[in-house]
Amino acid sequence: MSGKVFLFGDDVDTDQLAPGAFMSGGIEALAAHCLEGLRPGFAEQAKTGDILVAGWNFGMGSSREQAAEALKHLGLAGVVALSFAGIFYRNAINLGLPVLVAEDLTGVADGDAAQLDVEAGKLLLTDKQRTLSLEPLPDNLKQLLADGGLVAHLKKRFAAARREGTAS
Amino acid sequence: MMADSLAQKIIARAAGRSSVMPGEVVTARVDLAMIHDSGGPRRVEPILRDLGVGLFDSSKVVLISDHFVPGDTPESADILEFTRDWASQHRVTFHDGQGICHVVLPERGHLRPGMFVVGGDSHSPTGGAFGTYMFGIGATEMAGVLATGEIWLKVPQTILIEWRNRLSEGVTAKDMMLALCARIGMGGGRYQAIEFAGSTISALSMQERMTLSNMAAELGAQAGLIAPDETTVAYLRKAGTDVDAWQDLKTDIGAPLLDHLLFDGAALEPQVAAPHSPANATAVGDAPQTSIDVAYIGACTGAKYEDLKGAAGILRGRGVAAGVELLVAPASKRDQERAADEGIMKVFEDAGARILANACGICAGYGADRLGAGVTCISSTARNFKGRMGAPSSQVWLASPLTVAASAIAGRIADPRNFLTLEISAI
Repeated sequence: MSGKVFLFGDDVDTDQLAPGAFMSGGIEALAAHCLEGLRPGFAEQAKTGDILVAGWNFGMGSSREQAAEALKHLGLAGVVALSFAGIFYRNAINLGLPVLVAEDLTGVADGDAAQLDVEAGKLLLTDKQRTLSLEPLPDNLKQLLADGGLVAHLKKRFAAARREGTAS
Repeated sequence: MMADSLAQKIIARAAGRSSVMPGEVVTARVDLAMIHDSGGPRRVEPILRDLGVGLFDSSKVVLISDHFVPGDTPESADILEFTRDWASQHRVTFHDGQGICHVVLPERGHLRPGMFVVGGDSHSPTGGAFGTYMFGIGATEMAGVLATGEIWLKVPQTILIEWRNRLSEGVTAKDMMLALCARIGMGGGRYQAIEFAGSTISALSMQERMTLSNMAAELGAQAGLIAPDETTVAYLRKAGTDVDAWQDLKTDIGAPLLDHLLFDGAALEPQVAAPHSPANATAVGDAPQTSIDVAYIGACTGAKYEDLKGAAGILRGRGVAAGVELLVAPASKRDQERAADEGIMKVFEDAGARILANACGICAGYGADRLGAGVTCISSTARNFKGRMGAPSSQVWLASPLTVAASAIAGRIADPRNFLTLEISAI
């Protein structure tokens, strides 16, 4: 699926992604305010398959996983950044939102037509006919994403354990 | 004999290994999981139901309500009710309305040096002040821990941050951390383990050390460790915790380090961080003349007993400037009670402060006192990201509780050293 690039800078924090004032409600209400402080109207503009591209330390701040959940809820195909804050990175993978590290983002512009190939670790800029190589995910995280996130992964693991338990 | 870091030693034990190397991915058993009312029951229960499992060990789960306290809206009251029901159903230890989780957890004796602990909150590195490997995780990951008792992690490298010499009067742990944010940046911790060491740290009280470990989160570290010493042991014994075999819980000489930074504590001045990042810190004397509307002494970072005592030392016998609102939200009920017994709360009341609940409150952007549009606030909290404490147009400066108190008196950002009195020690 292809979409377009939403380009952000460094140190995008979780209070921009999931503002505290909307934390008592559900994800729908929260996602409607995702990133509005940095880019008014982001929630309305983002379409399924779009890709968020950012600089250093994306997702810094809170452990609230609604920061990643909001992006997933809006249909983003994933986030590509120069680096991620640790808790956000884990949350995103656990929720099944692809997060990939790029060594260099030179030439990527806001609004570029793009496609994210998580398996191959590539960001294709389709109109520019350019391909950016992304750092491959470690095997354990690839498996988590392939399973559809942590909950699906654990279900699979518990089911296997139950089968083994029954067999022995 | 291999030279290991403190982080390696704790993780190896939790992973059931004789040793682990930085960079390798291991699975470790947790000794304790801490959750709160926001990322806790309301988020993990649907996942546990979906998985069809219960808690791995209810005696190793501590629940603390702090985000939606005092529950003064229908939504937050509902969340607290759900939290309370969950606590009794699952028979976990529950501290309800007792204060902010990072302060309550050690205060009630739940942490010991060498433990491997996860917390459902980003300031979980606070536990590192006790020589505990503690880090923050999100709710889905926490549900996984509650279901299995284990978690994967990449064994971190250690960044040794050494501070030498005693801090000057009027300078605090908070100033150390703001200076560090400016120096190495919000991602400077690189999701590795920071370890604080040196004579400056040895001279700090446990609550001041907690401020260091707490803000390891702002540096982007996974953990912020301090090797246990006699100060640690004395605090824990008072909290009713048995401590033994802590002497080996330290980074060995020759252990692998990613970096070793050295700072002079005696040369440090009080710091303020301009909106909208802790990394915008400078010496208070270099900050532009800035009038303030609100002075906030709150949060796990900046409203513990020691923080209240320091701020009261500045405020004693003085009043808040006209047009400034001073808000004080003591970090725990027990700390507030101690402060009240020692006359500290009266100093705040006499100065004209409004006392808020023992909760995260506006630091986390929750509650009725969120900052309005265009309000300028100086705050003892950890983060001043745009809009975090209220309206996106509000301007938040970060500082130590002492600098917040001095600024409340002056009505503008002020150096606490101009307000030091001999009465500090008399309080």
